[in-house]
Amino acid sequence: MTAKLQRPATRAQRTTVVNGILCFVLILVVLQLWLLTATMDAFLGGDDRVVWPALGASVACLLLNLGLLRYLVRR
Amino acid sequence: MPEDPQSRFEDDLALDPRIDSPGREGLTGTTRADAYEPRRDPVDVTVAPDGRPMEEQPKWRRDFAIDWPEDHHVARRDFTKFLVLTSGAFAVGQGWIAVQSLVRKNRKPPARKRIASLAAMTAGTVVTFDFPDEHEPCLLIRTPEGELVAYSQKCTHLSCAVVPRLDQGVLHCPCHEGYFDLATGRNIAGPPPRPLPSIELAIEGDDIYAVGVQARTT
Repeated sequence: MTAKLQRPATRAQRTTVVNGILCFVLILVVLQLWLLTATMDAFLGGDDRVVWPALGASVACLLLNLGLLRYLVRR
Repeated sequence: MPEDPQSRFEDDLALDPRIDSPGREGLTGTTRADAYEPRRDPVDVTVAPDGRPMEEQPKWRRDFAIDWPEDHHVARRDFTKFLVLTSGAFAVGQGWIAVQSLVRKNRKPPARKRIASLAAMTAGTVVTFDFPDEHEPCLLIRTPEGELVAYSQKCTHLSCAVVPRLDQGVLHCPCHEGYFDLATGRNIAGPPPRPLPSIELAIEGDDIYAVGVQARTT
């Protein structure tokens, strides 16, 4: 039973995992793009309130992406 | 007797080279049908046409996968790496905006500048001036209704110079047909995403001064 659990994932399983991670990363990058354009628009309009929260959210997305990439590379 | 790469290659060619033949889906003619056993990593079983191991193959052959399944696998991982790189670039962009925000907060307010004489600004008069520096063209307008307004002349879309059309009550950007309301400076048509920055005015005696710039989002 234990040996069965430790068996490496099949190609189909790994492909599913890679596709799932790719989708997550894609969604996060699109979110970052939206954040960047919205923040730039607000900044050019003289509104500085959103700048730091948006930076925090963007960095959080980056860290999440790096974590997903690390998981992907190690598999 | 050591295995001759050439004879191995010729043996491989004897296999059914059709990609979609049973048991060989996605495999080229140089890899045996049993190459993708579940426990074996396909990266380790790809056989180059000359039979030498992949480490000895030229770079172009190592960069471009031979077997289709491996190609899909590598391409998606590489695409994900590229996306994460893009994610880093977006985060850096956000950081740049934050730094610019700090710089703007610590900037000294612009020195007031005399623009025109109040007596000279009759209804329908337009005066151009630069404020707060010579790279920021602005418009001082006495509307036909008698109101005194001043805006940056740079369109908020791509910084083309806007042209007042007093008879229509608008400021027109000829580059991409953007329109701003003359009375308020708000964007009313076309691609401009924000109102024109308004110039704060002060009137002292007969003199009109520009004293500040008010960027707006609505």
